Amino acid sequence: MSPIIQGIITIIIGVGGCVAYFYFANLVLDKVIFPARGEKAGRNINRANAVRPWIFLFPAMFALGLYLVYPVVGSFMRSLYNRAGDEFIGFGNYAQLLASEDFRVAFFNNILWVIFVPAAATFLGLLSAQLTDRLKWGNIAKSLIFMPMAISFVGASLIWKFVYAQDPDIGIINAIRAALGADPLDPLQIPFWNNFFLMVILIWIQTGFAMVILSAALRGIPEETVEAAIIDGANPFQIFFKIKVPQIKSTIMVVWTTITVLVLKVFDIVYTMTGGNFDTEILPSYMMDFMFRDDGLATAVAFVIMVTVLPVMIWNIRQSRAEMR
Amino acid sequence: MADLKLKDVEKTYGGTVQVLRDIDLEIETGELIVFVGPSGCGKSTLLRMIAGLEKITGGTLEIDGMVVNDVPPSERGIAMVFQSYALYPHMTVYDNMAFALKIAGKSKSEIDAAVRAAADKLQLTNFLDRLPKALSGGQRQRVAIGRSIVRDPKVYLFDEPLSNLDAALRVATRIEIAQLKEQMPDSTMIYVTHDQVEAMTLASRIVVLAGGGIAQVGSPLDLYEKPNSTFVAQFIGSPAMNLLGGRIVGTGDQTTLQLDEGAGTIISHYPSRPEDEGAEVKVGIRPEDMIATDGPEFAYSGKVDITEALGEVTLLYFEKSAPDHDPVIAKLTGIHKDKRGQEVHLTAKPEKVHVFKDGISLLHRDEDVFLPGVQPH
Repeated sequence: MSPIIQGIITIIIGVGGCVAYFYFANLVLDKVIFPARGEKAGRNINRANAVRPWIFLFPAMFALGLYLVYPVVGSFMRSLYNRAGDEFIGFGNYAQLLASEDFRVAFFNNILWVIFVPAAATFLGLLSAQLTDRLKWGNIAKSLIFMPMAISFVGASLIWKFVYAQDPDIGIINAIRAALGADPLDPLQIPFWNNFFLMVILIWIQTGFAMVILSAALRGIPEETVEAAIIDGANPFQIFFKIKVPQIKSTIMVVWTTITVLVLKVFDIVYTMTGGNFDTEILPSYMMDFMFRDDGLATAVAFVIMVTVLPVMIWNIRQSRAEMR
Repeated sequence: MADLKLKDVEKTYGGTVQVLRDIDLEIETGELIVFVGPSGCGKSTLLRMIAGLEKITGGTLEIDGMVVNDVPPSERGIAMVFQSYALYPHMTVYDNMAFALKIAGKSKSEIDAAVRAAADKLQLTNFLDRLPKALSGGQRQRVAIGRSIVRDPKVYLFDEPLSNLDAALRVATRIEIAQLKEQMPDSTMIYVTHDQVEAMTLASRIVVLAGGGIAQVGSPLDLYEKPNSTFVAQFIGSPAMNLLGGRIVGTGDQTTLQLDEGAGTIISHYPSRPEDEGAEVKVGIRPEDMIATDGPEFAYSGKVDITEALGEVTLLYFEKSAPDHDPVIAKLTGIHKDKRGQEVHLTAKPEKVHVFKDGISLLHRDEDVFLPGVQPH
């Protein structure tokens, strides 16, 4: 069967199945289970109306349960079992994590990432949004800044491997050092700071995203408020920080939290650049180290990550709800 | 507190598109000047040039004898009220009003005193802690006015401040602005509007802008009674003045006219010169000055096409003499519903008959009258 016909049939079955589900479930409810006739007609109508929302909600709740709730609960259960998955060890995996020096390094590094990357990407995005909006060739600049967004994390890491390469003929950093007469070094092996060199890659990728969203927000600011501020005597910095930024605060927060959530998922950069060596491990890459080898421990790390993201997510959702009001 | 002097002011965009030229205007302390004109005439642009939001590309602007062409807006001693209020949405009413003073580095107590005094004047004291979004349109506009008052400017600029309000609120706010002006007799105000009623009721002088220049400047009643051109004649007053074709048949302190669609002659109080004898002119009569007559001499005769009975007055729209002509309109007091389809003769008192030769009023023929070259409506 040709894939096109297959696709069309799938769509028909899928959409038709949905329509059929709602139609027949409704029909069965009204005609068979609680028929609106006989002496209990009034009571039956009330009951049918009480049940109806749950019947309509069932498919969505079932799908959410299967694909969202079950994995969370399942992962949590798995994290309570040993490496082979046949022995219940309670919070043994978590205890092992807390005792591990590597985990503590990864956790600490992750905190650095979560603080530094969203802050820098949002700030640079805001800055480039404001600056490019005022340039004639701003759209070209914008495309250039946005371009890294289209590169995969692994691809970006490869590019930056060249930037950081120890050979002055390849790496730009060491080329500059060589020009200044300094000896070549490997930036990725400088303790502590190498974390930031890795973060730069993600900032480079995410600045474009922040810029695009914030640029749209900046353009949404009523021009009159800026003109009123000019007449009130505000200088360009005051206009930017006291008039413009407060008006797009909620957008800034959404960008910030979106990047935060992304940071907690990124493992590719560390994985490809250093493989977690030289104390650059972060939680997702640390989890990767155990995946398929010790699933109990890996799911425990996954759970730690989830618990870390949770407050950010809750805050994010609250923020967007407040905005809708 | 401030005189404004505009000399040969012009505005050109991109070196080629000229939107304003030869604007000469002197505004004295305490005046309330209203800029009116058809849309696109550059009245808002001129206001924004005075504010400093648009660059003046030619001529000079003086405030209190000092040329301020290159002085930034905040140092010109002006305050502006925008059509869309332009309140800072993230600041409370108090902070909105205090912003300019904070930027200027005034002390807390000074700011507080100024804000509270302005709030008191505008009945905003109970709303100081609210955000703009929790205010009604009228209240927002009062905050915008309050924001300009606290700065104690020399010149207030209003850019169509009432056009976002509904009709009832517009009348109320208009009266508030008039009262505000009375409380501050020394402040100079410039007010842009396209609403004639606002212009007529508020202005000490009206500036009619059209076609990139000033068509006429004068007190509201001056413009109404002695328009210098057919443009101003038709722009001021609603419905617009009727312009009827005719010929001068008698000159002197009064002018005797024979009209194309009338009979006999009518008299205008406009003086004319002997050489005007026989000249083709436009005779202007306002709809409200039209009188129905049974006499043998009348200015216009036509068949009533449509009547609009408003109770106190009835508007009679006569059949057009040509499809592209405006219909002649008469506004008669009382109810005249039965006039529809009838032949009606109209005339007017001599002091209500205006005479325009080549578009220029005979009263203003020796002045340098600017003819905008655009339609008033």
